[in-house]
Amino acid sequence: MSLALETRDLTKTFDVGKRLLRPPKAQVHAVHPTSLRVENGETLGIVGESGCGKSTLARMLVGLLPPSSGTIEIEGLSGGSSPADFGRVIQYVFQDPVSSLNPRKTIRQILEAPLIHLHGMGRSERAARIDEIFDSVSLRGEFLNRYPHEFSGGQAQRIGIARALAANARILVLDEPVSALDVSVQAQVLNLLADLKDELGLTYLFISHDLAVVEAVSDRVAVLYFGAVVEEGRAENIFASPRHPYTRLLAESAPVVGRPIGGQAQGELPDPMNPPPGCAFASRCPRATDICRTDRPELRPIEGDQRAACHHPLDP
Amino acid sequence: MSTFLKLLARNRLAVFGAAVLGAIILLVVITPLLPLPDPNATATADRFKRPFSDGFILGTDHLGRDLFSRLLWGTQLSLAVGLAAALIAGTIGAAIGIVAGYFGGRIDNVIMRAIDMLMAFPYILLALAIVAALGPGLLNALYAVAAVNIPFFARNVRGVTVSIAHKEFVDAARLSGMGHLRIITTEILPNVLPVVVIAMSTTIGWMILETAGLSFLGLGSQPPQADLGSMLGEARAAMITAPHTSIVPGVMILLIVMSVNLLGDGVRDALDPRLRSGALSRPMAATLVRRDETPPEKTDTKAVLSLENLETRFEVGARIYRAVGGVSLAIQPGECVGLIGESGSGKSVTALSVMGLVASPPGVVTGGAVRLNGQDLIGAPYARLRALRGDRVAYIFQDPLSTLHPLYRVGDQLTEAIRVHHRISRDAAHERAVKLLEDVHIPNARARARSYPHELSGGMRQRVAIAMALANEPEVIIADEPTTALDVTVQAQILKLLDNLRRDRGVSILFITHDFGVVGQLCDRVAVMYAGRIVEEGTTAEVLDAPAHPYTKRLIACVPELGAGRRELHAIPGLPPAVDQLPHGCAFAPRCHKATGLCATSDIPLDGRKRKVRCILPEEDVA
Ligand SMILES: Nc1ncnc2c1ncn2[C@@H]1O[C@H](COP(=O)(O)OP(=O)(O)O)[C@@H](O)[C@H]1O
Ligand code: SF4
Ligand code: SF4
Ligand SMILES: [Mg+2]
Repeated sequence: MSLALETRDLTKTFDVGKRLLRPPKAQVHAVHPTSLRVENGETLGIVGESGCGKSTLARMLVGLLPPSSGTIEIEGLSGGSSPADFGRVIQYVFQDPVSSLNPRKTIRQILEAPLIHLHGMGRSERAARIDEIFDSVSLRGEFLNRYPHEFSGGQAQRIGIARALAANARILVLDEPVSALDVSVQAQVLNLLADLKDELGLTYLFISHDLAVVEAVSDRVAVLYFGAVVEEGRAENIFASPRHPYTRLLAESAPVVGRPIGGQAQGELPDPMNPPPGCAFASRCPRATDICRTDRPELRPIEGDQRAACHHPLDP
Repeated sequence: MSTFLKLLARNRLAVFGAAVLGAIILLVVITPLLPLPDPNATATADRFKRPFSDGFILGTDHLGRDLFSRLLWGTQLSLAVGLAAALIAGTIGAAIGIVAGYFGGRIDNVIMRAIDMLMAFPYILLALAIVAALGPGLLNALYAVAAVNIPFFARNVRGVTVSIAHKEFVDAARLSGMGHLRIITTEILPNVLPVVVIAMSTTIGWMILETAGLSFLGLGSQPPQADLGSMLGEARAAMITAPHTSIVPGVMILLIVMSVNLLGDGVRDALDPRLRSGALSRPMAATLVRRDETPPEKTDTKAVLSLENLETRFEVGARIYRAVGGVSLAIQPGECVGLIGESGSGKSVTALSVMGLVASPPGVVTGGAVRLNGQDLIGAPYARLRALRGDRVAYIFQDPLSTLHPLYRVGDQLTEAIRVHHRISRDAAHERAVKLLEDVHIPNARARARSYPHELSGGMRQRVAIAMALANEPEVIIADEPTTALDVTVQAQILKLLDNLRRDRGVSILFITHDFGVVGQLCDRVAVMYAGRIVEEGTTAEVLDAPAHPYTKRLIACVPELGAGRRELHAIPGLPPAVDQLPHGCAFAPRCHKATGLCATSDIPLDGRKRKVRCILPEEDVA
């Protein structure tokens, strides 16, 4: 298999309390050095709790946010490329389907934008392509002349997916694409994504806070905590036999019928402006020892292709 | 557009303003066609003629010029100048605001500092300074008035632009390959334009007044050209001897500014989305009740809370949304009952109906009963509901901020909540508040009691909201998706907390959710809602292991469960029906693979004694 996307030590630091002439008051490390590899045709799931840096990472991958350091390699693209250059190879599907569509444009105008600006298509060519895409996301052609507010969440998300497909990119970053949808509609959209992937040979980065959804759609999963990947492995193993204590906490916290309420670890995320020196999970971790509070653990292979950033990884 | 006009037409003052302004505009438009004397022709012999004398409708001024003619021509000029100033200020201000708001960062900083500096000067002083620099003249007065109004537009438009520029569709446009200029003109501008138009309609009156002010001081229109300000200025000397020369332009200025402002305010209100949804009309203290029949007989005597055939609807214009269409549900002491369903199925309205918390208008309870320990609450006097709210029945919502006041410390809010229903000293109540915070496992409770809600994380806030609900040891807690907005690890903590509370204190819980996993872990019994009705009810184990209603069965199959690995999900095609156009018979029939002709012909009852299902071809035998 060939590589679709690779990041090397990608980081993002935000300045908070910007001032006109003096340096900012503080810095927030939203994404710590992160190295990810995604193969062509693969689905990489990215899970983590709110504020752990999922969206920031995703926005860097599609060129909406310049990284503070590190590199992104996507089919030969690298630093300095414009969102338009990125747009032809990687696209983004947003969490909130309704606010990702301009309320004052018709669906046709929205879908035409990437065809015009990324591919310079003529009028008749565009019409044919839009019909084809609309068909592939199972929407009726008559919707094309309507405005976004006339659609339900599930339909709007199909339109968002159609726009990403219109750019003809081979890699899609799906940022919580079904979180705003009801469960019965969620399944419709997930199945649509699976079909499109098979038909068009797409590569997905699937971001979600819902472990069960991620497990159901991904080949591999990366678990993010406090801006860093703490564990990475095959979807069928990572929650079934987690090696990082945080992954285990996540898996035990997920409500599953027939299992008692689990995951009782107390405590909260560390302060991002004042990150602890060692492992970010140490204050909540039952296995923490002295070294955990002083040395930051590196992501390292534990078994097979399962990797974890922990000084005392769990036994399988 | 038609709703906009309808709302505008409902506003009497705005209609009056529009009528007056329309008449004035009509007059100045036809002015060139009227057989009027030359407004600038002087005739000293005819000075200071009174109105209606010698064929001068409004008399003459100090140079014997016809006042009526001068008034019309002057009004035309003043209106044109005011409009031009508004257009100039609006265009330049909007451009500045958009650039600052869209690009943000340093550009925004520099621009907005400059605007702040301009705004720090008194308005009219600034205008005077500009005219002084440019020299007197109507055009210069126009520039001055436009210039001093630019900051107002720039600020307003910047604010709106910032919120739009952060919308996801702008990111999507960038990924579609659009450049900044194109994004500004096709994505931002169309969304900002309504704000600019509203701002113009509400300020143009003042701009006319300001131009008149400059002309009055002799800095605007120069003699002999008439505008309203200069007419007033020239009449100043004869204010006592010939008051009509001042009154005529004065009344016109008053009429214009008043009518423009009335209309402008009307336009602004009619475009306000809150007004459209009726949110600005004051809701009643308790939900309106319009029950035709006497409440049905009491069926369950042991239940703490029992809903019997409850019907709540929303009446919006001619449409009737049957949000709750006959829900019966009983909760025993110490029991936790789950109410599960997709969004829009009526879970929250059911919950809010219990204590009359559904907003009226448009909500109306049209049938059924809600009994708390046997006493019907529907139609109970407001005083009684208020005494029970928070005391016997407490709510926890998805967004804890909806029950926490942002400006008070959480400890003080808890103390207040306790003292509303109990006559105890402030100190004793405070001690109890701290104890409550400890009970919900807030670390360092005494110190945290001094925090404001915004200083707490989402999970902590929800704990405070639970402490608030527990403040008066209620018999029933109604929890409406209390963990939906929380992360899984925090959700697990909150669920554990609720589970312990119920076991330790014997509180009954009505737990509303869309998550089968949560129901499975927390609830004894569960009721499944679809399109405003309960379609299935039973013990949690029965319903989850062997769902009897086709909807329940297929909904469970939709949801991936952790540990099942990669798999195909079985989606339900279609969407739930809108509750203002429910299909006849079974509401699920259009999506049901088992549906037969019979399903759509008559109403399908909820059958069974303990285990109930509303289906004529159930998946499991429930008898
Ligand atoms: N523009 C910004 N300025 C400052 N901090 C930010 C900004 N955007 C995100 N962050 C911070 O970065 C961290 C990660 O945020 P985000 O990527 O949105 O996480 P997630 O997608 O997992 O919710 C959070 O601590 C958040 O507060
Ligand atoms: S490094 Fe230490 S504190 Fe961090 S997760 Fe591993 S055992 Fe826990
Ligand atoms: S009543 Fe008929 S349509 Fe309704 S759920 Fe049962 S089988 Fe399906
Ligand atoms: Mg996010």
